[in-house]
Amino acid sequence: MLAVNELLQQVANGLAKGSVYALIAVGYTMVYGVLELINFAHGEVFMLGAYFGYWPARWLGYMPDSGEKPQVPAPVALLLTFGAMAACALIGVLVERLAYRPLRNAGRLSALITAIGISVLMQNLALVVFHADSKDFPRMIDQQSVVLGPVELPNTKLLIIGVTALMMAGLFWMVRYTRTGAAMRACSHSMKTASLMGVNVNRIISLTFAIGSAMAAVAGVLISLDQPRLTPLMGLMPGLKAFVAAVLGGIGSIPGAVAGGILLGVVESVVGGVAGTTYSEAVAFVLLILILLVRPSGLFGKSGREKV
Amino acid sequence: MTALLETRDLAMRFGGLTAVEKFCCSIEKGELFGLIGPNGAGKTTVFNMLTGVYKPSEGEIVLDGTPTTGLAPADISARGVSRTFQNIRLFDELSVLENVMAGAHQHAKINLLDALLRTGRYRREEESQREQAMRLLDFVGLGDRAGLPARALAYGHRRKLEIARALATQPRLLCLDEPGAGMNHAEKLELSALIRRIRDELGITILLIEHDMKLVMGLCERIQVLDHGQTICCGAPAEVQCNDAVIEAYLGAGESGRKKTADH
Amino acid sequence: MLRTLGILALICAAAFGLHLVLDSIDAYWARIANLCGISILLAVSLNVINGLCGQFSLGHAGFMAIGAYVSAFFTTTLRYFDDAAGQYVTVLPLLDQSWGFVPALLLGGFAAAAAGLVIGIPTLRLRGDYLAIATLGFGEIVTIMITNFSKVGGANGLSGIPAYSNGFWIFTFAGICVLFTLHLQRSTFGRALIAIRENELAAEVMGIRTARIKIAAFVYGAFFAGIAGGLLGHFLQTISPATFGFMKSIEVIVMLVLGGLGSLTGAIIGAVTLTVLPELLRDVETSTGMPGIRMVVYSLVLILLMLFRPQGIFGQRELSLRLLRSLLPGRRKEGAPSAPAAFTAQQSVEAKTFFARAPQTLPPQNEGKK
Repeated sequence: MLAVNELLQQVANGLAKGSVYALIAVGYTMVYGVLELINFAHGEVFMLGAYFGYWPARWLGYMPDSGEKPQVPAPVALLLTFGAMAACALIGVLVERLAYRPLRNAGRLSALITAIGISVLMQNLALVVFHADSKDFPRMIDQQSVVLGPVELPNTKLLIIGVTALMMAGLFWMVRYTRTGAAMRACSHSMKTASLMGVNVNRIISLTFAIGSAMAAVAGVLISLDQPRLTPLMGLMPGLKAFVAAVLGGIGSIPGAVAGGILLGVVESVVGGVAGTTYSEAVAFVLLILILLVRPSGLFGKSGREKV
Repeated sequence: MTALLETRDLAMRFGGLTAVEKFCCSIEKGELFGLIGPNGAGKTTVFNMLTGVYKPSEGEIVLDGTPTTGLAPADISARGVSRTFQNIRLFDELSVLENVMAGAHQHAKINLLDALLRTGRYRREEESQREQAMRLLDFVGLGDRAGLPARALAYGHRRKLEIARALATQPRLLCLDEPGAGMNHAEKLELSALIRRIRDELGITILLIEHDMKLVMGLCERIQVLDHGQTICCGAPAEVQCNDAVIEAYLGAGESGRKKTADH
Repeated sequence: MLRTLGILALICAAAFGLHLVLDSIDAYWARIANLCGISILLAVSLNVINGLCGQFSLGHAGFMAIGAYVSAFFTTTLRYFDDAAGQYVTVLPLLDQSWGFVPALLLGGFAAAAAGLVIGIPTLRLRGDYLAIATLGFGEIVTIMITNFSKVGGANGLSGIPAYSNGFWIFTFAGICVLFTLHLQRSTFGRALIAIRENELAAEVMGIRTARIKIAAFVYGAFFAGIAGGLLGHFLQTISPATFGFMKSIEVIVMLVLGGLGSLTGAIIGAVTLTVLPELLRDVETSTGMPGIRMVVYSLVLILLMLFRPQGIFGQRELSLRLLRSLLPGRRKEGAPSAPAAFTAQQSVEAKTFFARAPQTLPPQNEGKK
């Protein structure tokens, strides 16, 4: 009985972890859906999101030292998040405009290599600008434990799950029911045809990057609720894992990215609880290779076939 | 004469879509056999099944008495079936000569160590591969372009290079997928002479997909007509030409203007 | 065969000469030169997988790590400190000597090759960016496994590795790797590799056993990456999982891309450039107190290259006398009838493409849907 409770607890922890993966994975999957590009730099956008939340907070005078009360009042925290979203969206759009667009017809490998280059560039620019030492994010909410039946979760994790759910609902609605969303779906089927039908493809691609980057920024601020430690390298692993989550769910599919992210978070937590955290690091990659071998199109993906 | 290739009730389905159904044919050794039909009739699908690119959903392929159904492309190639592609697939960054030599790769009797250490065996093998490839290039008329990168070739020459490369695999059956597509009249005449020489001088059986009726009718001894994945007629050119089902397939019953040019 | 053996002897002699030179010059530059040799091994071996065969691997550091750890494990754990003699004594007398570490090195290479086989077989079904991601996953799994393996120091790494690597061994192995790769590239196997890169389906239909050849490419590349790892371990004397992280794989790829994916000479030049340049930048880093500048420059080079010369310095061609000659202004006129027809034709095309090649890019891994 105890074991079951333990398991449920890990699943609940995994939900929070997976929410962050899902938020990042959505950006990977949307970009891949439209451009067939693995935007390696996406993990770094997540890292930048955390920093873009952190620096204004510092400028406003909120210090990271832990007091009893939350230091950043909720409205300010909300504004910080919006600011980080806007800044990351801008960066996402700029990267696409300057680095990916000129290579759009140049072959996927060139674009992939460029994306890797952008990722390394952002990481090390962050290292130069923000320095290697870690920064602590000022506290945004008062941490309390909430008991939900058999499991007990800190309210920060609940907030992460809640905000993610809200964001996802908004995204689904946009993609499903708005004209812009329809244009995005059209682009992911065929960019050429969409442009012939009068869709401004460049605008849609920019928008895709903007939305994906803004979601990653939210993830960056949200993770600071739970693990307030910021480093320039913090984007690497979550970025890779979120990509794994996107592949897991079937790259190109937004519900797939969400499902993949949650699944990965849960499996990681459970394995971490059973075998220790060092092994949980390997889970994502083992899972990745397995899914690629068994069902490369992922859980929700569609498989393509080369025409002969 | 005995059959080199026989297929029995071959079928290919993609999900719910049936591309080819109940495909039966029998090609004699040394024959020039044509496969025609309107666009989307399933001709290339038949080629893909014969060469192992697709695994047939149903049916059997027998090559010279042994079944080859469902074998991998390389295995089928080793048994003597080679082909060209409708959308030319050359090794663009290799030279013209190297393209043909790559076709002969499967016959190289050396191992990796021979190549790394450049043993005598390696040198002899390389030399003979080169000579053989040169002979084939001369045969198709590309001898003077051996050193060019394949991507630098003109369209018609690319088609010929694909034929030379296919010949380098030493096939018994050569499947040509619309070799004349996009060629002008003079090039087509040359092509048809080349195809005939491959059969007459090299003794290779040929299965030809072609949209140009003149070329097919003038070249092939027997023709099979496909429409919507079904065989609608099989026989000598003269028989096929006046077959009602064939005319209907091409011109439509009462509906005119159906194109019979190559698609891309 | 005899000629090959002769060249191998020459390589050893040249490496020995180089070793003597490096011994006499400034230690700083000798260190950079040795690191160049190791980079050459890495770049040339990865070029077989990524450049010739077109299988985009992001896990080269994983093979390196295996080679480094396996060889270092043998040279460090198979010895004990003899109090009486006041020095380390090896369990196997062979390992006492510098040349005795060659078996350990080869063992590392074979272990890496075995890993190449293991990773090669399942990833055969994957293409393009999916393969890239799977190999990336492989590399990460290797480092995570090493981190969890306390026998070799876990996350802290393995230190106290005897300093057996020197100019002689490094450049002997680099020379062997370059020679063998050149031979490979020009043989029927090399043509098969390139055929797979250019059009895998056509290669398969033409009777090339693509699965076998691809695995062979992985095994071959992994072997020399393992050797390079072993050499690096016995050169740095300390290794940790972090030495062989994802960034290491990226570094090797940047070398290839700079030189031109698919070109052996390009790989060598890329390896040397990107070993010397960052070392010089390291000085800039310490003097400005800005760590990270080195990698900033590195990544900018990569991005700008992709944007403005995606085929790298050499494209898929080799730097050769013929190419150099064809670049000379006077020789570019077509129809100079001094050489056989085939050769002049090739020359003029080479010259033309070198100058006027449209920004066509790397070998298409996978024809995209658009």
